[in-house]
Amino acid sequence: MRRPALLYLIAAAALLGLTALAFAVGRYPISPADLWGVLSGDAPARIQSVVFQVRGPRVMSAIVVGAALAAAGSAYQGMFRNPLVSPDILGVSTGAALGAALAIFFSVNTFVVQLCAFAGGLAAVGMVYWIGSRLRRHDPLLALVLTGVVIGTLLGSAIALLKYLADPYNQLPAITYWLLGSLASVAPHDLMAAAALTLLGLAPMLLLRWRINVLALPDDEARSLGVDTARLRTLVIAAATLVTAAAVAISGIIGWVGLLIPHAARLLIGPDFGRLLPLAMLLGAVFLLAVDTLSRTLSSVEVPPGVLTALIGTPFFLWLFALARRSW
Amino acid sequence: MLHVRGLAFGFPGRTVGRDVSFGLAAGEVMCVLGPNGGGKTTLFRTLLGLLPRQAGSIDLNGEALESLSRARIARLVGYVPQGHADYFAYSVLEFVLMGRTSHLDAYSMPGRQDRAVAERALESLNISHLAARPVTEISGGERQLALVARALAQEPSLLVLDEPTAGLDYGNQVRVLERMLRLAGSGIAVLFSSHDPDHAFLCAQRALLLAEGRSLALGPPAEVINADTLERLYGVSVRVLALEEGGHTCLPALRL
Repeated sequence: MRRPALLYLIAAAALLGLTALAFAVGRYPISPADLWGVLSGDAPARIQSVVFQVRGPRVMSAIVVGAALAAAGSAYQGMFRNPLVSPDILGVSTGAALGAALAIFFSVNTFVVQLCAFAGGLAAVGMVYWIGSRLRRHDPLLALVLTGVVIGTLLGSAIALLKYLADPYNQLPAITYWLLGSLASVAPHDLMAAAALTLLGLAPMLLLRWRINVLALPDDEARSLGVDTARLRTLVIAAATLVTAAAVAISGIIGWVGLLIPHAARLLIGPDFGRLLPLAMLLGAVFLLAVDTLSRTLSSVEVPPGVLTALIGTPFFLWLFALARRSW
Repeated sequence: MLHVRGLAFGFPGRTVGRDVSFGLAAGEVMCVLGPNGGGKTTLFRTLLGLLPRQAGSIDLNGEALESLSRARIARLVGYVPQGHADYFAYSVLEFVLMGRTSHLDAYSMPGRQDRAVAERALESLNISHLAARPVTEISGGERQLALVARALAQEPSLLVLDEPTAGLDYGNQVRVLERMLRLAGSGIAVLFSSHDPDHAFLCAQRALLLAEGRSLALGPPAEVINADTLERLYGVSVRVLALEEGGHTCLPALRL
């Protein structure tokens, strides 16, 4: 039997230690003594401002976005009965990217860009779901996945068109920068909004954790056990999409977290969703915080975290795939 | 318990079977025999409301099937599908606990009582020792027994088993048949399909012979299972022998 309590403890301790480290390192290093000073409220104003204004929002958004993407990935993987799907599978990221690119193209402010990204993500999944559930002659999951792929490609070419038309000095770099993902410029109130939406999406996942287990069985079996799979699936898609869209809206596209972390967490603690979800969220937060801290300290120019996650994620994914014995 | 009248079943745009009528009372065991592709699984899925029926009626406990919620059906009918699906690596106990879902409200986790029911189901099939093993790492036969245990955890009044003995060794086949008889003895109605006519002789009060989706014969096994019907069902010649000590057995005659 796997020992959940111990795993939670280790993951939480890692997150705590890493958070302290993330506050300490950077262009303006802060000593452990000064960090303690901030906690007890008697640090110099300069250090207070680095901790609260500069690093605070960034560290917190890495934690929120990492946990949110991992939670959504856990739900999607269970629902699609496939441990190698990511939360982007129904087009939420591509939709958000198109929303953001459109907003940048029409030169609106950052808040509206985030809003458009959020709305774009929801709209893309809504469209995929609407079309997918009308293809009744096919397996409902397969219809959703294939519709997601096709719509994703369509939205991708719309993004390409916008990049082609965009002003190459102002808009194009902004679009490209958004697509690479970054936590560098998240404002505190945006973070609060994203965190609130994430909690809103997490609530049904937590409440329905037992039924989400049953949803991972073949459709006939889940239904014969008394679960209205079509309704539950709609609910889980809505919740996971809300969580992902909220995260992507403030961070841009950060791939791999939602695929790798739930998978790794499942290998550690088993597939029971009630136990998997908290561990995946902790590990997602640890992973993205580590990646983001690396991305701002590795060199004098920031490496976009979306690039770093891909650098780490690709070989890890291939390694998992090669190892896979269908025993997840 | 179960009343089926003039049932036609199949998929959208394709009718697999029609004109099937039978009733099943509490404590009764009925065996469905028929060739591959004869419509056994499609019939069962229709009886469970997993496929919409195309004509006729299905009543469960005197109520029309379509008026019952999924949870209500799950409390009345336990279903053991032909299990060769890929599962996540749930432990056998978690897997069997999923049989309790229809007894829980939407937001609840299985509690101590549910656990006791699941453990009793495992025990009754002699697979308690598998409780902590991942369902992906046990043998096909053991998984079949876990599926039966999960259906038992539903505490149903009707058990529908789709080829419950497929893939089991001889001993486990006999154990599953014994278990079905014991369940029937406790008042549960049992409907199962099999590829072995002897299973109908061994434990069913009635056999339904299903060929190309139509009921070829329905009645006590000793009356409806004979050389003629088996030839029509499977296209091979079989001798049905009456045994001195009672009962019947089938012996295929091999043509070379």
